[in-house]
Amino acid sequence: MRQASTNDDARLGPCAIAVLGQQRFVRTLSSAIAALDVRGRFALVTAGWQEREGEDQELTDYLGGNTVNLRLHRRADELFQNDRELAEAHRKKQELLRYKQDFYRIRLEHELAANHVIRLRSAPKEVLEQEEQASVVAVQQLDAYHLKQCAKLHDDFEKKLKPSERPSVRRHMDEIAELLEGSKAIAIAGGHVATLINRMRLFDLAGIMGTQAVFAWSGGAMAISERVVLFHDNTPEGAVAAEILDFGLGLLKGILVLPQPEQRLHLDDKERVGVMARRFAPSRVLAFPASSHLTLRGDSIHSAENVSSLDVDGVCRPFTEQAS
Amino acid sequence: MTPSIETLLADQPTNEKVDAWMSGRKFPLVEQTAATFVWRGEAEGVKLRHFIYGLETAQPLARVPDTDLWWLTTEVPPRSRIEYKLEVIRSHGSEWVQDPLNPHRARDPFGANSVLQGDGYRMPEWVLPDPKARRGVLEPFSLHSAAFGQRRGGHIYLPARFRPTRQYPLLVMHDGADYLKYSGMKSVFDNLLERLEVPDIIVALVDSPDRLVEYGNDERHARYLTEELVPHLASRFPLLDQPRARGLMGASFGGVASFSTAIRYPGFWGRLLLQSGSFAFTDIGRRNHRGPVFDRVVEFINEFRNAPRPVSERVFVSCGVYESLIYENRSLVPILEGTGMQVRFVEARDGHNWENWRDRSREGLSWLFRGPQMMVYE
Repeated sequence: MRQASTNDDARLGPCAIAVLGQQRFVRTLSSAIAALDVRGRFALVTAGWQEREGEDQELTDYLGGNTVNLRLHRRADELFQNDRELAEAHRKKQELLRYKQDFYRIRLEHELAANHVIRLRSAPKEVLEQEEQASVVAVQQLDAYHLKQCAKLHDDFEKKLKPSERPSVRRHMDEIAELLEGSKAIAIAGGHVATLINRMRLFDLAGIMGTQAVFAWSGGAMAISERVVLFHDNTPEGAVAAEILDFGLGLLKGILVLPQPEQRLHLDDKERVGVMARRFAPSRVLAFPASSHLTLRGDSIHSAENVSSLDVDGVCRPFTEQAS
Repeated sequence: MTPSIETLLADQPTNEKVDAWMSGRKFPLVEQTAATFVWRGEAEGVKLRHFIYGLETAQPLARVPDTDLWWLTTEVPPRSRIEYKLEVIRSHGSEWVQDPLNPHRARDPFGANSVLQGDGYRMPEWVLPDPKARRGVLEPFSLHSAAFGQRRGGHIYLPARFRPTRQYPLLVMHDGADYLKYSGMKSVFDNLLERLEVPDIIVALVDSPDRLVEYGNDERHARYLTEELVPHLASRFPLLDQPRARGLMGASFGGVASFSTAIRYPGFWGRLLLQSGSFAFTDIGRRNHRGPVFDRVVEFINEFRNAPRPVSERVFVSCGVYESLIYENRSLVPILEGTGMQVRFVEARDGHNWENWRDRSREGLSWLFRGPQMMVYE
């Protein structure tokens, strides 16, 4: 059996990445596979589907039948049943993360409300610009603080439990590594993004994967980016504050992924678009509707189709590879 | 805009002309902010009986000479929803009837009212049974209450995807049977859970045999819910043991029951959904104009107004602007906010009724119990 390695030298990263919009009704996965000329077995990550993780037949058929599901959700369930100490510590960490998220949200809503109020005020232009910019910086500082809190909780968990050194975890990591060894690419589906990140982090997927190409859509694409931002402008209470959930796997760098803009974003709201773009700079804030895809080789953009860029002037424009 | 009935009235109307005018029109006839109620038949008088606080409760319809048409045009602000009946007065007495020309009805424990849907009001689509939504399960429960010295029960709503290995928040809903029957809350929960706007949740729908006593600031009721019902349910179902995962909901006196229970157990109930709460108070004296049944409520609200304190984390308050309790609810909100609790207050152009409470439930529930909608990107 292949031994999973997590040392830094082994982290070569994916040879190519495809970020895709929702695949449920308009499928762009096959064209992205063709664009990157990937052939061979796909390892599937459908942990975002939670208990429905194994219902991957349709996806498997779509990929020509040559797939293997890493079953990260089921593995985590098994792991938690068999390693109670780890399960309890993990539960505790998640609980603390939820508390942190809650308090972060309370502060965030006030900071964003302050930005809105400032924008509505009348004052000399220079003063307004300074204060409005200061309020965006305050939001950025809060975001950074929250990420730091998340990182600390993850670090504490890692130091105390040393998951990758525990036989119970190690066994799964080795099995995953073996499955990956025979795979040319990894397909990461969307779903519950927090569940997805947790499971991929638990088994250190980023650490044990090789140079397989990664195809990720919706929540899957969010999960492989550096920062996962939750957002929705059409909730029962209207547009709510976009909030950072956590770090992602960091495979996709410099891009903030916003899937399902058709259902979730008011892209004609210049204030929201502009604040979002400035708040998350220097990352490019990109919206991925169902028909979109963006492919990268290394750090270079290979192709982009139907991707929109949220720009600092509040305008949403088509994103092209030249625009990168 | 001139209501179209004016055209009819200016045309020396006959019953034939009335027939022609009414043909193809829906009644009450809503034309922007004007609503024209009509009734046809022989009577000595016809009155509009509505439940709008601030207006005369009985407004006479005028008879169009030489016809059997009675009419009244009144102002109805946009998005209003008004429940009403028509009082038909004849020589042998008067009778309150539903408007025979209006198909919209709202049921309540006293029967049914006709409903005027003002310009812009639409019955929310999420209140109707959705064939695509997985159905939760309602099962009866019963336990002996030491607080009351008798058995108490109700129904438990379990989400469609209930799994004993997961942990769930708990919402206790007062007047559960009425909420189910008149607000269609079973479908509301099925739909909001399906849309991920509310998390999978366990709902205890409780009822009282004497709600005006037990819901009106009764220590026994608070003890029953907190020290008996919750442990009982926790022994049967996997409940999250956190204040933010425990909520109380109620309308009218059910709102009082929810709030007074939370006050007796500060910090235990982290979520409150108070709909048209009967929060009567006085600024001087102990007796509110509403009568002795409110005495203990007045005592409780006066005491809270004198010494406001945080007892929960989030409080959602809603009230119809056409109900007399709007004054009490508007008065309570800044006091709640001043305690540091997170408070959201929503007003609606509606009255003290079950469909108002139904229509406000989505906003309240999803704010108090945030669903995974923000987490799921398929």
